[in-house]
Amino acid sequence: MKIKGRALKYGDHVNTDVIIPGAYLSLTDPKELAKHCMEGIDPDFPKKVKAGDIVVGGVNFGCGSSREHAPMALKGCGVGAVVAKSFAAIFYRNAINIGLPLIECPEAVDETDEGDVLEIDMDLGVLQNITKGRSYQIPSLPESIKDILSLGGLIEYVKNMKGRA
Amino acid sequence: MGRTVTEKILAAHCKQGNFKPGDIIDVDVDLLLMNDITGPVAVEVFNKMGDGDVFDKNKIVVVLDHFTPNKDVTSAKLSKTMRDFVAEKGICHFYDAGYGIEHVVLPEDGLVKPGDLVIGGDSHTVTHGALGVFSTGMGSTDVAGIMALGKTWLKVPEQMKVLLVGAPGKWVSGKDVILYVISMIGTDGALGKSLEFDGVGAKYMDMDSRFTICNMAVECGAVNGMFAFDEVTKKFVDALGLRDYKEYKSDADAIYKKIIDVDLSELEPMVAMPHLPSNGRPVTEVGDIKIDQVFIGSCTNGRIKDLRIAAEIVKGKKVHPSVRGLIAPGSRKVFAQALKEGLIETFTDSGFTILPPGCGPCFGGHLGILAKGERCVSTTNRNFVGRMGDKESEVYLANPAVAATSAVAGRLVHPAEVM
Repeated sequence: MKIKGRALKYGDHVNTDVIIPGAYLSLTDPKELAKHCMEGIDPDFPKKVKAGDIVVGGVNFGCGSSREHAPMALKGCGVGAVVAKSFAAIFYRNAINIGLPLIECPEAVDETDEGDVLEIDMDLGVLQNITKGRSYQIPSLPESIKDILSLGGLIEYVKNMKGRA
Repeated sequence: MGRTVTEKILAAHCKQGNFKPGDIIDVDVDLLLMNDITGPVAVEVFNKMGDGDVFDKNKIVVVLDHFTPNKDVTSAKLSKTMRDFVAEKGICHFYDAGYGIEHVVLPEDGLVKPGDLVIGGDSHTVTHGALGVFSTGMGSTDVAGIMALGKTWLKVPEQMKVLLVGAPGKWVSGKDVILYVISMIGTDGALGKSLEFDGVGAKYMDMDSRFTICNMAVECGAVNGMFAFDEVTKKFVDALGLRDYKEYKSDADAIYKKIIDVDLSELEPMVAMPHLPSNGRPVTEVGDIKIDQVFIGSCTNGRIKDLRIAAEIVKGKKVHPSVRGLIAPGSRKVFAQALKEGLIETFTDSGFTILPPGCGPCFGGHLGILAKGERCVSTTNRNFVGRMGDKESEVYLANPAVAATSAVAGRLVHPAEVM
């Protein structure tokens, strides 16, 4: 799988409240959530984001609440992946479970500027900053998480497990 | 090699015996929790996983506490989705609107036992670590997976310990301990780790303070917070008549990645300034900050002791004319107890508004929403941009004593200033 898009860059501790404020948590449709995505730090985000764009953040991306609405909103906007220095634990699981790729790569974050074109090759495990002509290895995932991703997310994984029971 | 309480509980719930931090293990879940925000998404996902029964209808708890009593038609639909699902699947533990906040209700009703492994569709599920429980929050898809299978995967966390020494002063409680710790290590200071609280000072932390401390362990990135079983826990669980619980303690040779010392006798009431829980400083050092609203409540500080402290301070005094004072007891039981003790009358006489038990104000869901430029002193857990309303409003996190005092003073002050 390849993901290519422009980098939309933010700072450290991008929390779930700014990704999708609490007032909108009565919504469950990703398209509706998308209209308010990143409202807390960048109200123009839903307008400027294009399908495949890659959100770049600093440390502790997705900290805060367990609301799956946060990765749902990003995915609903068409965000192709999130690259950050580190991710909060719950957000990380949520994104994997709904099939939003997350890449932990501090070096790439430091060397990426807003608007740079990035390309991620999930199969080769490579992240490229095409604008800057730089290439980075993506850390490989634990086998059990690869299993979930290879089946297309947790829904299929659970169906598969139930079939075996 | 020795193990910590967290490692012992994980070992008791998985087949892989010889794990180390960083390993992925499959664990059996004793109790699964969800609410009216995470629940409906989990139900949708659960149905996509194939129709069928939940893994154990006795081990699932549904609490409608976030948008309840429902604020609008959309949120009413969410509650109804959960009500229908509970009826259809025969889920035994259901708390409809008004019972209270999940993390207040569960311990109160004895649904969480020391030694349990608890997963909740809510990040503040870490609260239950106060009872010597492994508990952590997950999102809706994980919750749906557990509903189907009764198990989930976990990455074994590295262990971190906070050693409490000394005795706290009059106005210092659990909230100040955790705000101080987060101010030291930052909002990612315990990222992906287990955060255990121990030491000779732990005995000064009663159960309510322990719930507050573990509740905010997630605000420094911890997977779980933990107090080992001791006399304080025993008194609490015995009063509830709990049986068949496990009394785990960490081994003397257990391995901790990091140990932090906190001298309780040196702590002052803390305030976390906008817009991160890690922006903590002693209330005496915040300067002159005028406020518009005070909120006392939430899964962090909505328990009976929190209300007692607040009532002691405001008794016979009035909420400042430029401040809206809001109090939401954490549960119906807390409300009833407060009523019995005359606290509700005290609050009402002082000019506070009593809100129904629930999460609404804390996450900017409904009730007590802030306008642009407004400031709120809140006993809750997060002060992120826009947390309680407009993105240009400000939230100052504090303990109930500071919140109550500030409501009277109209600005952020130390409790000693009005007492």
